[in-house]
Amino acid sequence: MRILVVEDDAMLLDGLKVGLGIHGFTVDAVASCGDARAALATAEFDALVLDLMLPDGSGLDILRELRRRQDATPVLLLTAKDTVADRIGGLDSGADDYLGKPFDLDEVAARLRAISRRAGGRATPTLSWNGIELDPGRRTVEIDGNPIGLSRREFSILEALIKHPGTVLSKDQLADRLYGWEEDVESNAVEVHVHHLRVKIGRDAIETVRGLGYRLRSA
Amino acid sequence: MSSIRTRLFVILIAATTLIWLFATAWIYLDTKRQLQHVLDTRLMEAARMVGSLVTSGEIALSARADGALASIPLPEPAHVSYERQLSCQIWSFDGRLIGRSSGAPEAELSDEASGFSEREVGGEPWRVYAVADRDKGIRVLVGDRLGLRDRLVTDLVRGLLLPAALMVPLLAFLIWASVGRGLRPLRSLTQGLKARGAEELCPISVGNPPSEIRPVIEALNGLFGKVAAAREHERSFTAFAAHELRTPLAGLRTQVQVALAAKDAETREGALRQTLVAVDRTSRLVRQLLAMSELDATADESEPHDILVGPALEEVIASLGTGTTNTRVEIDPALHHTTIRMNRELFHLAVRNLHENAVQHSPKGGLVRWFLDGSARPPVIAVEDEGPGIPEDEIGLVTDRFFRGRHRSAVGSGLGLAIVNAALRRAKATFELRNRQDRPGLRAEFGIVNSKAFLHPLVDALVSHGSTRQSRSGPAGADSLSN
Repeated sequence: MRILVVEDDAMLLDGLKVGLGIHGFTVDAVASCGDARAALATAEFDALVLDLMLPDGSGLDILRELRRRQDATPVLLLTAKDTVADRIGGLDSGADDYLGKPFDLDEVAARLRAISRRAGGRATPTLSWNGIELDPGRRTVEIDGNPIGLSRREFSILEALIKHPGTVLSKDQLADRLYGWEEDVESNAVEVHVHHLRVKIGRDAIETVRGLGYRLRSA
Repeated sequence: MSSIRTRLFVILIAATTLIWLFATAWIYLDTKRQLQHVLDTRLMEAARMVGSLVTSGEIALSARADGALASIPLPEPAHVSYERQLSCQIWSFDGRLIGRSSGAPEAELSDEASGFSEREVGGEPWRVYAVADRDKGIRVLVGDRLGLRDRLVTDLVRGLLLPAALMVPLLAFLIWASVGRGLRPLRSLTQGLKARGAEELCPISVGNPPSEIRPVIEALNGLFGKVAAAREHERSFTAFAAHELRTPLAGLRTQVQVALAAKDAETREGALRQTLVAVDRTSRLVRQLLAMSELDATADESEPHDILVGPALEEVIASLGTGTTNTRVEIDPALHHTTIRMNRELFHLAVRNLHENAVQHSPKGGLVRWFLDGSARPPVIAVEDEGPGIPEDEIGLVTDRFFRGRHRSAVGSGLGLAIVNAALRRAKATFELRNRQDRPGLRAEFGIVNSKAFLHPLVDALVSHGSTRQSRSGPAGADSLSN
């Protein structure tokens, strides 16, 4: 899951980037409204973590712009302003959730999973397809009740595919979900991870659509 | 007698009584004089009248002196108390009483030949007018009892005093009531103030206060306004401070959680290092908040000291423990001969925060230079760094509390320059911030306008040699600047 964190405090931004990375998120971190707009224009994110008071404006402006464009990317507001009025203002501006500082890192991760789950129209915390059960919270995968071990990248690819079963995802789209901007991506990285994934969950589970990308094979 | 009501009451009643008594005394004396005049005239007329009657022979006179023969009947008096006021005697020149009015004494009322006289006859004082008729050889004496005259005046005065005696209690009641009524707004003001809680700082409203009490109410309301503003300032400062503490605390907590959750040593170490920086930063913020609230709390005049700038500067810089930055610090030797007259605590506060600010915004290996600018009038102490400076549009804002501009440092709180500003203003010093002209960087300078504040800055020492100090580099040094 690729998320964008917008926070002007360098220390906190670093903590969120590393911490949410440990929780399995692919994190891009920016510290201003301008950078956030640039990031949103060039890449797609599964969720946004937004601070309200930024040096060059308010996070609420970013949020309103997003919603005006009919962009439904889930947004978690993370701010020191957490009076009831602030919360209401934030939620009514289009935020999906609101957390006051200081917060718990695990809670941020859990809320991010929750708002992205709701954005995908799912009620259960786990994703399942054809006997494969994926739990984004605990980061476990089971096939017919038997747990299998996946690397972080493999897990992310399977998570992306299982969220949109039947839909073809291109290599670039998958790479976007795996890597932030600052990471170097080798050209065949996605293919390598898909190969390893096939070995672990079954060779036929992932179908290659030539020239387009990958999708989960329908049952 | 501290009660306004009692005092007013006593003064008004005493004054009223006194005026009344004075007026009565005046009337008494004046009436007595007038009455004397009127009655004397009457005596005179009566004597002449009797004299002329005797002369014309209309009254027969007995030659005998037993008095019963020639008693002139007087009409029955209408007023009993003034009965027999006038008495008349007719004497022959040879000393015989020829005639007298009824009730008149037999003793001679006057031995004067003619004119007014007073004498005691039969134990009573009389005023007598005598008129002599030489042709008939008689003297007519008409007299008044002085006691009766006095009674007349006394009755008159009593007639004046009686209503006064009745009026004074009535007046007393009216004064007491109206003073009480006039002071009622004061009483309701007192009750209103008594009933107030410590937090109630809204203006007082007393219906329609008299003009004497209005200034008191206005002054009180002015005071309430000031206290409310100060309270509000304090409250907003506290709220802002709490708010400002949240972000570093969130950063601290997140880094600790990262350290706990990290699977590899590198991540853990990085998080712990960040934690250290975050703790430093939070404690600095707390220290600055305390300094700020202390500056706010002590509004009184600060006592100035003579401070030798160079050593004081070195002391402050040493106390900062520049172990976390990699910055060169240079102190102009001229400062070692420069004394500034300023409160020591305020000087330390200003210098400390100026230095911290300069170091925080310096690039790695950057130079922070303290020097005496003797070319300025008055001379100023300046510090220059090689950081990014402050965007021109933000220069006026950086001394606002909690303002953090675009060129913020990772450890900045937005309070440092606000503290410098507040401390220097308290010390009655000038303070100016501007971007350097020769290269990117900020120049901050302060001085004392009072010419006596700067003592003997040695001119030859102005040639800047510069003693350069290299401070130890700490592990987090590279992170101290971020744009």
